[in-house]
Amino acid sequence: MITERIREVIAQHGRLAVDVSTLSDTDDLYRAGLTSHGSVNLMLALEDAFGVEFPERLLRRQTFASVAAIRDAIEELHAELNV
Amino acid sequence: MSTSLSARFESGRAPIRVGVDLCSVADVADSVTTFGERYLTRVYTDDELEYCGRDPGRSAERLAARFAAKEATMKVLRVRDARPDWRSIEVRRDPDGWCDLVLTGSAARLAHEAAITSLSVSLTHEAGLANAVVVATIREQPDS
Repeated sequence: MITERIREVIAQHGRLAVDVSTLSDTDDLYRAGLTSHGSVNLMLALEDAFGVEFPERLLRRQTFASVAAIRDAIEELHAELNV
Repeated sequence: MSTSLSARFESGRAPIRVGVDLCSVADVADSVTTFGERYLTRVYTDDELEYCGRDPGRSAERLAARFAAKEATMKVLRVRDARPDWRSIEVRRDPDGWCDLVLTGSAARLAHEAAITSLSVSLTHEAGLANAVVVATIREQPDS
């Protein structure tokens, strides 16, 4: 579920050079065309989609580097919300 | 002198760093339309928003130039992974037209750790693109 929703958000806001459906969960999104400004949009859209806010410690290039990395970050934030 | 000068260049220890970035004005305009205040207050300081909002017809290109300046500064800071808050890098415009950079919080800490002694920035925007160049001077380390 989370992975599919992440892929939807990337498709809508990531402005990648390729179709996100052609990427594996670990493919590099920056190599697929995600720009620095694009990562801002992606961050904001993910926050809307998952009801989280990325803290500064997660404003890392690596956080948005792949579908799997994004999923890990969102699961971490959801776990913190449930504590 | 020639020996120490060549050693400095060969080892990459020149006392300056340069960062450059290019940003699409249309992308910034889209972000404002899509995310509104969340985008604006997440990326830009109150001072930046105040200046950029003075002329609505030029707001997007001014914002884009400032975003490019922030990213160019990130490159000068040589951020490897943990990025500072975008608002900890601020572009301040002098009434006479030139701009300066002001670093706070995590960006200031990174600059201190990198022994950066000064920063200079230049912005431009034309044909739908905004560009920024940042130059930093580094406190020279004594030869070991």
